[in-house]
Amino acid sequence: MTIVQKRTPVRAAVKPPGSTPTMTGSSPRRARLPRTRRNLWPYALIAPAVVGTAFLLVYPLVRAFVISLQDYKLAELINGNAEFVGLENYRTLFSDGRFWEVVARTFLFMACNVVLIMILSTLVAMMITRLKKFGRTMVLSSLVLAWAMPVIAAATVFQWMFNSEFGVVNWMLTSFGFEQFDRFPWFAHGAAAFVILILLVVWQSVPFAAITLYSALTTVPVELHESARLDGAGAWRLFRSVTFPIIRPIFMLVVCLEVIWTFKAFVQIWVITQGGPGDATTLLPVYAVQRALSSQQYDLGAAASIVTVLILSGVLVLYFRQMFRQEVQQ
Amino acid sequence: MKTLSSVRRAPLSFAAIVTVLACLFPVYWMVTTAFKPTREIQSKVPQLLPSTWTFDHFVTAIGSDGFGLFWRNSILVTVSAVVLALVVALGAAFAVARMQWRGRRQFILMVFIAQMAPWESLIIPIYIITRDTNMLDRLPTLTLVYFMITLPFTIVVLRGFIATIPPELEEAAQVDGCSRTGAFRRVAFPLLAPGLMATSLFGFITAWNEFAYANFLIIKEQDNRTLPVWLSSFQNVFGTDWGATMAASTLFALPALAIFLLLQRHVTSGFAAGAVKG
Repeated sequence: MTIVQKRTPVRAAVKPPGSTPTMTGSSPRRARLPRTRRNLWPYALIAPAVVGTAFLLVYPLVRAFVISLQDYKLAELINGNAEFVGLENYRTLFSDGRFWEVVARTFLFMACNVVLIMILSTLVAMMITRLKKFGRTMVLSSLVLAWAMPVIAAATVFQWMFNSEFGVVNWMLTSFGFEQFDRFPWFAHGAAAFVILILLVVWQSVPFAAITLYSALTTVPVELHESARLDGAGAWRLFRSVTFPIIRPIFMLVVCLEVIWTFKAFVQIWVITQGGPGDATTLLPVYAVQRALSSQQYDLGAAASIVTVLILSGVLVLYFRQMFRQEVQQ
Repeated sequence: MKTLSSVRRAPLSFAAIVTVLACLFPVYWMVTTAFKPTREIQSKVPQLLPSTWTFDHFVTAIGSDGFGLFWRNSILVTVSAVVLALVVALGAAFAVARMQWRGRRQFILMVFIAQMAPWESLIIPIYIITRDTNMLDRLPTLTLVYFMITLPFTIVVLRGFIATIPPELEEAAQVDGCSRTGAFRRVAFPLLAPGLMATSLFGFITAWNEFAYANFLIIKEQDNRTLPVWLSSFQNVFGTDWGATMAASTLFALPALAIFLLLQRHVTSGFAAGAVKG
C-alpha cells in the first residue's frame, strides 16, 4: 500500500533515518535520563504490536503447518492427540487429480483477472489524464464508489443482475437479439459462473489499479510527450517508449498486488457459488476450506493452505524487491 | 479548429461515459431495485427508474429477525477492533517514526509482511485454535482477528502522519517543561487527529465488510452473527424477494460508500490501497 504514498505530501516529509534529532538528546532534560531506560522505550511501545502479531498471525501460520504434518480429522479435533505423519498429507494432495485441476483453475482465474485488470486500468488511467476537470472528477468519483462497494453487497447485486428470470443482464442480451440468453441460468453453468466471478473481481479491482496508475501518470513530464510527438512518435510508440518506462515501477507493484489479491479470492466465490456448479469455480482457498470445514479433513485443508501461502510468498518476495528498489531510487 | 478538437474529443468523452456507467451501474441497480414495488422488480422488462418509490423493502429488511442485534454486533466488533488497533499502532508508529533503535528495520519489514498476510489461508488454523480455546461463537474472537487485520495498515499510515509533524514542536514543549508523553499528547496529538480519523475510518470499513471469519467462527450462536453474514444468508431466508435483499444490501453498503466519498481525497492519493483490499 505504500506504493503511492511516497509521492503524497504525507510521505514527502519523512526524514531519512539517522537525521531524526529526537533521540540524539538535544534537550537537557532527556540527557540526564539513564541510558538503559531511554533505550527501552521504543521496545515497550512496539511490544503490544509484536505480541499481537506473534499470537494472532505467526502462531496460526505455524499451527497450519503443524496440522498439515499431522493426521488431523474430526476425531483429533474433538479428542486431541493428533499423530505426526510427516509429508503424508502433501503426498495425498499431490497425487489427487482434483487438486491439480484446482491449482490450474486458480492460475487461469488469476491470469484472466490480472490481464483484464491491468489492460482496463491502464486505459482508464490514460483516459483520465486527458479529461478536463469536470470529466476527471466524475470518473474518479465513480471509480471510488465502485471501489467502496463492500464485497458482500457487490456479490449480492451481481447475483441479482445475472438472475435467470428477472435479471437485467439477460433482458439486455435478449433485447440485443441474443435469444439464447432468455432465462439463461448463469450460475448453473460452470463456464458462465466462472466468467461472472471474473467480471465481479475485475469490476472491484479496476478502481484501485486505475487510480494508482493515474497518480503515477501524473508524474510523467508533459515536455517529454511534446518533444516525442515533435519527433513524429505515434500514440502507441509514445506509450511504449515514453510513458510506460516512467510508470513501470508502479505498474509492476500493482501487478504483484493484483496477482496476490486475485489468487486468494475467496469471499465472492464462497457467497455466490461455494465452488460450484460441480467444481467449476473451486479455487485453492475455497478448496482448502471445503476440505477442512465441509469434509472435516483439516489436515488436507491445512496442507492446501500452506501450498497457497508458499505460492503467494513467491510473489510477495518479488513485490518487496520492487518496492525496496523503488525506495532506494527515491 | 474548435470543431476539430470537439470531434477529436468525442471518442474520449464516450470512453469516459462508458467508464462511469460501468462503475456506477451495479451500485445504481442495487439502490433502485430496493425502491421498486415488487411487481416492477418481477416484470419482463426492467425499468431504469421505479415508477413509484416505495420503502416497503426497507421495512421488510429492517423488520427481519435480528437485524437490530446484528447491526449492534457489527458496530461493537468493528469499533472495538479499530480502537484497539489505533491505540497499539499509535505507540508502534511513534517508535518507528521518532526513535532510533536496533531492530527498527526488521520491525518495519514485519509490519509490511503482516499487511500482506494471507488471511484467506488462515481460516482453518484459526478455526481450530478458536475451538481449542473455547472461543468459538464469541464476539471478542472476531474483535481480535479484525484488530490483527487492520493493525499493520494502521501502523504504516500513522507512521507517515507522525513523520509530517516536526519533532521541533515537541522539543519546544519539552524545553518549556512538558514531559515527553505530555509533549506528545498536547502538541503532536491534536495535529494527528485528522490522520487518526481517516485511518480509523478505513479500518472501520475493512472490519465492517469482513465476511469469512464472521462466517466460520460464529456457527451455533446465531445471536452473535454480524451484518455481512446476515446479508449473505438473507436470500436463503427471503427466497426470491430481491427487493428486500437489495434494500438490505443498500443498508449494509451505505456506511462504506459514505465514508469513501467523504475521504475521496485520501482514497485518490492512494493511501487506502492496503486498507480495503486483501
